[in-house]
Amino acid sequence: MESKGDLRAPVSQTPLVVEKPKDTSAIGGMVSIEINEKKVSVPLGTTILEACRQNGITIPTLCHHDDLCVAGVCRVCVVEVEGMRTLQASCAFPITNPLKIKTSSPMVRKARRNIIDLLLSEHYGECYSCFRNGKCELQSLAKEYGVDNYTFGHVTEPKYDVDKSSYSVVRDMSKCVLCKRCVRTCIDLQEVGVLEAIDRGDKTHIGTFLEKPLADVICINCGQCINRCPTGALRANDPSDEIWAAIDDPTKHVVIQTAPSPRAAIGEEFGLGAGHSMTRELNTALKRIGFDKVFDTNFTADLTIIEEGTELIIRLYKALVQKENVALPQFTSCSPGWVKFIEHYYPEYLDNMSSAKSPQQMFGALIKTFYAQKAGVEPKDIVSVAVMPCSAKKFECNRPEMYDSGYKDVDYGLTTRELARMIKEAGINLPEMPKSDFDSPFGEASGAGLIFGATGGVMEAAIRSVVEFVLGKKVEDIFEKANIIPLRGFDGIKYMEIPIGDKVGPVPDLIKHLVPNWDWLKGAVLKIAVAHGTANAKKIMDDIKAGGKFSECHFIEFMACPGGCLGGGGQPIPTTPEIRKKRAEAIYAEDESLELRKSHDNPNVVRIYEEFLTEGPCSHLSHELLHTHYTKRGRYIA
Amino acid sequence: MEKNNRKGTVLFSKYTRGEGIKKVLSISREDVLFELRESKLKGRGGAGFPTATKWTIVAAAKSDQKYIICNADEGEPGTFKDRVLLLEYPELVFDGMVIAGYTIGATKGIVYLRGEYEYMLKSLEDYLEQMRKDNLLGKNIIGKKGFEFDIEIRLGSGAYVCGEETALIESLEGNRGEARNRPPYPVNTGFMGKPTVVNNVETLASVPHIIAKGGTWFQKHGTDKSTGSKLFSVSGDCGKPGVYELPWGTKISELLKIVGAENTKAVQVGGASGTCIPKSQFERTLAYEDAATGGSIMIFNESRNMLHILKNFMEFFVEESCGQCTPCRIGNTKLLEGVEMIERGEFTFNYVNQLKELGRTMQVASKCGLGQSSPNSFISILENFKDEIFFQNGNGGTHGK
Repeated sequence: MESKGDLRAPVSQTPLVVEKPKDTSAIGGMVSIEINEKKVSVPLGTTILEACRQNGITIPTLCHHDDLCVAGVCRVCVVEVEGMRTLQASCAFPITNPLKIKTSSPMVRKARRNIIDLLLSEHYGECYSCFRNGKCELQSLAKEYGVDNYTFGHVTEPKYDVDKSSYSVVRDMSKCVLCKRCVRTCIDLQEVGVLEAIDRGDKTHIGTFLEKPLADVICINCGQCINRCPTGALRANDPSDEIWAAIDDPTKHVVIQTAPSPRAAIGEEFGLGAGHSMTRELNTALKRIGFDKVFDTNFTADLTIIEEGTELIIRLYKALVQKENVALPQFTSCSPGWVKFIEHYYPEYLDNMSSAKSPQQMFGALIKTFYAQKAGVEPKDIVSVAVMPCSAKKFECNRPEMYDSGYKDVDYGLTTRELARMIKEAGINLPEMPKSDFDSPFGEASGAGLIFGATGGVMEAAIRSVVEFVLGKKVEDIFEKANIIPLRGFDGIKYMEIPIGDKVGPVPDLIKHLVPNWDWLKGAVLKIAVAHGTANAKKIMDDIKAGGKFSECHFIEFMACPGGCLGGGGQPIPTTPEIRKKRAEAIYAEDESLELRKSHDNPNVVRIYEEFLTEGPCSHLSHELLHTHYTKRGRYIA
Repeated sequence: MEKNNRKGTVLFSKYTRGEGIKKVLSISREDVLFELRESKLKGRGGAGFPTATKWTIVAAAKSDQKYIICNADEGEPGTFKDRVLLLEYPELVFDGMVIAGYTIGATKGIVYLRGEYEYMLKSLEDYLEQMRKDNLLGKNIIGKKGFEFDIEIRLGSGAYVCGEETALIESLEGNRGEARNRPPYPVNTGFMGKPTVVNNVETLASVPHIIAKGGTWFQKHGTDKSTGSKLFSVSGDCGKPGVYELPWGTKISELLKIVGAENTKAVQVGGASGTCIPKSQFERTLAYEDAATGGSIMIFNESRNMLHILKNFMEFFVEESCGQCTPCRIGNTKLLEGVEMIERGEFTFNYVNQLKELGRTMQVASKCGLGQSSPNSFISILENFKDEIFFQNGNGGTHGK
């Protein structure tokens, strides 16, 4: 068995994984089994569940999730295996010898019904008053298996208080069915581990360290648990009522910025398959709802590239030329889940964090300063909303340091799911909306900002600019169509080296005052890495701690969520590797369809440095508005 | 430690400390397994898995480390025979572990001692220390070059479920006591992922006798399918409660006579997770093939209210379910609620039947033995004592609709 770190799920929640043979044609590579009297052949080590799915037989599941290790606790997926006294959980049973399986025998059907009935008896609340109505896995199971009356009763009083302490995640444990997906998400997928089963027997519940409210434990707010909860027990902290109130208030000027990932996923909430980008339809819908202005977060993503890229160049210059002691590699800081993760788990590395704010917060600061000036609106009358794929963005906009405009820079973080509901509530069918553009003065943004939504996107955007800055030639000459393929895809950790070579270009005007020339980079090899999901981030951090290969990197992108922002905790439910892949495809396709694909080419970015941030990137004003600092939290303090 | 003066044909028969170890070190591992197979020894914890099979699998497994774990988490309500063995016959248990270590190729044995038995920890550790001094533990045990084995005692924390072998291993590894998915079985992936034999105290205590006196000798006791003898923890309405060694195949009526039970109405065989046997079935035998038990025998006379007994059992399971799987966690609660409904006379026979069906679902769909066996008393008591429960004692009686 593979040795595991101290935080992985216990073995009771990780079943036997029989390694599937590489060559299934080898002797013993395939096992002949019978499913419902039909003979089939499956690779050794396939679980009964997988075997059934491959053969078109649906097995109901509840605690099983494609992203997670197997728990085998809900027992909904039980099947009959000939020769065995008890029913077997198909999700946790690897096939290693010929079996005869029955998936719908009277015993199996009765057991499934009884189990679903038991779950309903303890599940508080009524479907019609639940935000997961229509998207609840327990509800669909009850429907599919004809469990249409509460055979074993139904709780009428909530068992637990709703924990609304966190800006990001709300826990309503009376709706919990103890599938432990959240526990496994937190401990195994993200390796954070703030949730665990507490007590036993009928008192078993999912709790936090010392039963503290979620805001007081080391939750990183990534919201991955929400995306994997089969019921309404976990949800994001929804500010839509306050936003409606602002829209309805004639004295308020309500603006909204939309991030690329919600645009690539929101169609799923309107019955479209994954992978339909709704950017321009969304612009129209938001205006019709009553937002005064709609801005593109990609604009500040472009700005982030300039600020963060400049910061990297300064760090490298200090390290290589001025021989100063600066923290390298530089870490990206766009993902608020990652920010809180490093604050808790590796506070000694906070100096490595880029001080650049995330695009959301940069935008917030600019809206209540630059935009307010331009539009002639009092910043106090502006209500600034950000549509994000993310639950951690809600925490981020509430951080005490995010008041650089003199006001709360971003008033509300709204998730994709919550926005979809607002749109539906307004009676709008999003896919039917006509297309419209973003509002000035920020206008359109580049494809580089757009691909921030996928893991590797920030790095790809940065490389597109850095290559052109330093080498003085078109990135297309090096990477076909400016697509930096090694940085794409869902490998947990990606690593790349870019040799600078002997030829460097002139220093662009924008940063001329910071470095005289590029000669000092001649012959250097730029080493970069990308990680998504905090479990992978942890691997890199531990490697850096141990002085391994990643400690020699110059720049590393970290995203808290698997897949990057497109797999964020505010995105439509469900989430699977397949869905995340389609969202990524939509984002990359949109990028490729654009003329403007490099942050430094964005004319609006160029203009803001001419008109507003006149001292250039990483200057005094930009530090005041666009940069931030971090808090050492440690592993025990929220 | 109080010296043994108990009478019995197998376990309590004469045995000198180290006798089995000395013998075993002079024969090959294959010979040990042969004797074990001859003896037809089955697990004494209740499940009755053939010990030789378990040992053979682990002995054959290739691994840099293997473990032998003695399951001393004696938690089944009404059993206390392991306590007697550990207190009065530690030589049997520990010699059994050494023999197991030699046979399967393990260098380490762990005793998972029930938390409530903490009071015997000191004396057991003293005993182990003496064994080390006498070279019955440690390196090159009594001169056998290369044979190294030691025993560590670890305390449980009071969870019933940790008597289930995979939950026990989780607990030993420092995790929440919850049963694992099977497969894998501990013989392949046990403690720390290594091949592990988990045996009940009494199973291990039988081994030195088998080694010293031979598998054939052992097999002569008991019945064809249940060889050897069994320790019964007898409690309840009888003149002489206590631990008795009796051959397998003893009739319940015979046992009742031996322990001085009178006016017996029911015998709960196998503890709270066992079955309740009414007077009409007292001629049944105690054996794996008939009324199987890990040793708990609870005797109830005519004065007892069967519904109260059942309620007590169900309360136990509601509290002791580890809470991970649905059928056990919620199922037991529903069964208890059902008992309370019957108690109040607020029930329908239709619902009682539905609960029995639920019990049958729990028996087949629960993740581990706890939930699979907890409905046994519910089903057996309601079926075997129907008249009393539904039509006497005012428990609804004719109110039952």
